Amino acid sequence: MSVLLKHITKIFKDPNNTAKEFTAVKDVNLDVHEGEMVTFLGPSGCGKTTTLRVISGFESPTEGEVWISGKMVNNDPPNKRDTSMVFQSYAIFPHLSVSQNIGFGLDLKGISKKEIRTQVETIMEVMNFKDLYNRRPDQLSGGQQQRVALARAIINKPKVLLFDEPLSNLDAKLRDQMRIEIRRIQQTFGITSIYVTHDQDEAMTVSDRIMVMNEGEVMQIGTPFEIYSRPANTFVSDFIGRVNFFPATVISAGTDGVVVKCFGQQRVIPSWNGEFVKDEQVNIVLRPESLILGKLEAGKPFAKGVIKRSVYLGPTVEYEIELEGMDALMLAVTYNPVKEGFYRDGEKIQIDFDPVSAHVLPR
Amino acid sequence: MKEKIRELRLMAKDPLLLTVVLVIFASVILFILYPLFKVIIVSVFPDGAFSLSMLGKVVSSWHLRTAFLNSLLMGTLTAVLGSLVGFIFAFTITRTNIPCKKFFNLIAIIPIISPPFIGALAIIMLFGNNGLISSTILGLTNTRIYGIRGLLFAQVITFFPVAYITLKGVLESISPTLEDAAMDLGGSRFKVFRKVTLPLAVPGIASAMLILFVETLADFGNPLILAGSRFSILSVQAYLEITGMYNLSKGAAIAFILLIPSMTAFLLQKYWVSKKQYITITGKPTTSSIKLVSPRVTWILFAVLSLFAAVIIMIYLTIIWGAFANTWGNDNTLTLRHFAYVFGVGFGAVTDTIIIAGLATPISGILGMVIAFLVVRKKFPGKHALEFSSMLSFAVPGTVIGIGYVLAFNSRPLVLTGTLAILLINFIFRYVPVGIQSGIAVLRQVDPSIEEAAIDLGADSQTTFKKITLPLMIPAFFSGLIYSFVRAMTAISAAIFLVSSQWNLMTVQIMSQVNSGRLGAAAAFSLVLVMIILLAILLIRSLLTYKYGKLGGTFMKI
Repeated sequence: MSVLLKHITKIFKDPNNTAKEFTAVKDVNLDVHEGEMVTFLGPSGCGKTTTLRVISGFESPTEGEVWISGKMVNNDPPNKRDTSMVFQSYAIFPHLSVSQNIGFGLDLKGISKKEIRTQVETIMEVMNFKDLYNRRPDQLSGGQQQRVALARAIINKPKVLLFDEPLSNLDAKLRDQMRIEIRRIQQTFGITSIYVTHDQDEAMTVSDRIMVMNEGEVMQIGTPFEIYSRPANTFVSDFIGRVNFFPATVISAGTDGVVVKCFGQQRVIPSWNGEFVKDEQVNIVLRPESLILGKLEAGKPFAKGVIKRSVYLGPTVEYEIELEGMDALMLAVTYNPVKEGFYRDGEKIQIDFDPVSAHVLPR
Repeated sequence: MKEKIRELRLMAKDPLLLTVVLVIFASVILFILYPLFKVIIVSVFPDGAFSLSMLGKVVSSWHLRTAFLNSLLMGTLTAVLGSLVGFIFAFTITRTNIPCKKFFNLIAIIPIISPPFIGALAIIMLFGNNGLISSTILGLTNTRIYGIRGLLFAQVITFFPVAYITLKGVLESISPTLEDAAMDLGGSRFKVFRKVTLPLAVPGIASAMLILFVETLADFGNPLILAGSRFSILSVQAYLEITGMYNLSKGAAIAFILLIPSMTAFLLQKYWVSKKQYITITGKPTTSSIKLVSPRVTWILFAVLSLFAAVIIMIYLTIIWGAFANTWGNDNTLTLRHFAYVFGVGFGAVTDTIIIAGLATPISGILGMVIAFLVVRKKFPGKHALEFSSMLSFAVPGTVIGIGYVLAFNSRPLVLTGTLAILLINFIFRYVPVGIQSGIAVLRQVDPSIEEAAIDLGADSQTTFKKITLPLMIPAFFSGLIYSFVRAMTAISAAIFLVSSQWNLMTVQIMSQVNSGRLGAAAAFSLVLVMIILLAILLIRSLLTYKYGKLGGTFMKI
C-alpha cells in the first residue's frame, strides 16, 4: 500500500456564510498499491480533484487520514510530502528555462549543479525532448510544456505521482499520443500514480484501476474491464460508455446466474451486481456493441423493432432502434459494415444478445 | 470562528509568515492608523477633555467655512475639467489615427514626473505681477492670476494626466469590435459613441473624477502659490495654523474636516464605482477596421491636443528659461547663477531628497509586494482590514498625514520629528499602496498552480516567494518603484510638516523660493528635480534591459 485513504471527507464552507456547507468528498476509502496507476474518474464537480489535492496536501481533509508509504501525513505540508504533481495548467515557471524548470526540485534539495545537469539530460533523453534543453517556456507548444511538467515531477523520484487532468488543454490527436506516452513513462519508472480525468477513454488507456466518483462519493473501484463490463450500479454503467437498459423481472437468483424475464422470454444472465429476490424489478444492461442485429425472420427473436436512424462512421454504423413494447430508443453498433451490410432507415429488424455480454443491475 | 482558529493554527506552523504578518500589522497600525487617530483625538480633545468646541470653532468660522467650500469647488471643477481633458486625450489616442500619437502620449505624461506646482510656478512667471506676458508684453501692473482662475488652470494641467492614464486603460479595454458591431447594426458615428463607447467608459470616467477630486483636495503646492488671500483653500489653512500660529489642535480640526470629503470620495470609488466597471472579454486583441471618428472630428481633436501640447511645452520652456534668466521679468539675460545657488547653498536639499527618495522607494516597493502577496495568496485573520488600512494613505490628504505625524511622533516614546526616520517612514507608508496595487494586479494574473508547483516540489513558502513569486512580480515591482520614486521626489503636502534644518527637501525649497519671490532659483531647482527623475528612470530602465534583456524595456511605459 503506497497511498492509503481512510474515510476521507472534505467539507467546504462559504467564507461569507459559515452555515453554508458543501461536501466535496464523502467518506472515500482507497488503497493504491506500489507501482499502480489509479484514475479518479467522474463528471466535473464530483470531488476527484479535491481528493487529489487532499493527497498532495493542498487541501486538508475535514475528516479521515491520508497515508503515504505507511506514514500518516495529515499534518505534513505539501512541500514535506513525497508527492509530485503534474498540473492541469502545467504550471511551468515562466521565468525559468526548460532545464531550470525540470531541475527545480533537485536544486531545492541542494544537489550540485553538475549532478542536476546530468539528471536533467538523462530524463530529457528518456522522454525524447533533449533538444529543448535551453528553451524558454514561451517557446514551447502545449505538448512540449506537458513533457516539461511531467519530467519536472518525475525527476524527483517521488513516492507518488499525481496528475490533475493533465491532457485537457491539448488537442484531440496529441491527447491520444500523450496518454500512451504517460502510461509508458509511468511503467518505465514504476512510479505509483494517481490520475484525475473526466475523459473515460483516457481513464481506460492509462489505468490499472479506475475509481469512479459522483457527488463526492465513490461509485466503484475496479479494473477498466470491471468498470465497463461489470458496473456496480446504474450511474457507472451510464457514465462509462453508452448503454441500453432492458427492464426485466427476476425469476430466480442462483450462484451461476440470474434468471430474468424480459419481453416474455426467460434468460440466464451470468453477471450481476446486487442481491435479488424473486419478482424484483431489474435492468439488463447491454452495451450497443452487444446487441446482435438481424433481418426480421420467422420464429421468436428476443425483440423486434424498426431502424429509426442510422449514422455511418466509417468503421462502424450506429443505429437508433425503436423496439416493440418500449418507449426508449435503443442504440446498436455494428462493425465492418462493408462486410456485414447495412440496414436502411425504416427497415424492420430483430435483435438478440449473447448472455456473457450482459449484466444485471437493480432498477 | 472555527475557520479562524484553523487559519491561526496553520499560521503558527509557518513562523516566518506569522512574523511578517505581525510586523506588517504593527507598522500599519503605528504609521498609518495611529497618526490619523491622533488627528481625530487632538481635534475632539483640544485641552485634554472631550469637547467639540474646536471643531465647532472651525465650522463656525466664516473664513474656514469659505475655505472648505472653496476646496470642494476647486476639487469638483478640477475633477470635471481634468477628466474631460484626460478623456479627450485618451479617446483621441486610442480611437483615431492622428499623427504624432507618441508625442501626445508623452505630453500627457510629462506633468506626472514634475513637481506638482511646476504649473503654478510657470503661471506666475508668465502671468504674475512680474510675468513675461502680463507685465513685460502687455504692460499690466495688477494681474488677477491669483485666485480661482489661475489655480484651476494649474490644477487641470497638473492632474489631467492622472485621468488620462486611467481613461486610456479603460478605453483600451473596450474592444473596438463592439463599436464595429454597433456601426454594422446601422448606428451613426455619433450615436455609436453616445450609446456604446461612452456608457462603457462611464464607470472609468467616474473613477477618474473621484481620484482627481481626492488629489485636488489634498494638493497643497499649487494653492499655496496661486490661491492667494482672495481664494483660501483648506489644506493651506491647516498648514498656516500649524506652521504660522503653532495651533496644533486647530490645525488638526481643519485636517479632520478635510478628511471627510476625501474619505467619502475614496470609499465611493473603491466600493461603488470600481464594482461597476465593465469587462469586455476578448480573445485576441482586435483592431478596428472601421474608424469611429470622422476625419473632420479627428482634425478638431488633433487641434485641441496640439493646443494643450503647446501650453504644456510653454510651461516647461518658461521654467527652463526662468532657470537661466538673471532676474525673471526684469533682466532676462542668461546666467548660471541660479544653478550655482542650487549646487551651492541649496545642495543639501538636493542630496537629502535623493537620499530620502532613494531609500524610501525600494523599501516601500518591497513592502508593497509582500503585502500584495499576503493579500492575494495567503489566508489569515484581519486580511481585509490590512488591505484596507494600507490603501488608506491613498485617500488621506497629505496635509492630514503630515499633521498626524507631527502630532503622533512628537512626544515620548516615539520622538521622531526632525529626523530622517520620520521622512522615510512617511514616504514608505505613503507610497506603499502603489506597490500593493501593481503587485495585486500581477499576482491575480499568475496562475496559483505555479506557486503550488514549487511547493509541491519541496519549496517552503519563503523559498517559493523568493524563487517564483518575486521574479514574476519584478516588472510590476519596478514600474511601481519608478512611480513611487517620482511621487517621493515631488511630494510636498505631508513632507512640508516634517522637514527640519537637518533634513530638507527640494520641493520645500522650491516652495520657499517662490514665496520669497526668487523665481529663478525655484525654476532652477525644479529643472534639477526633473532631471534627477529622468536620470533615475533611465538608470532603472537600462539596468533592467541589461539584466533581463529585451524584456526589461517592456517593463515600463513611462
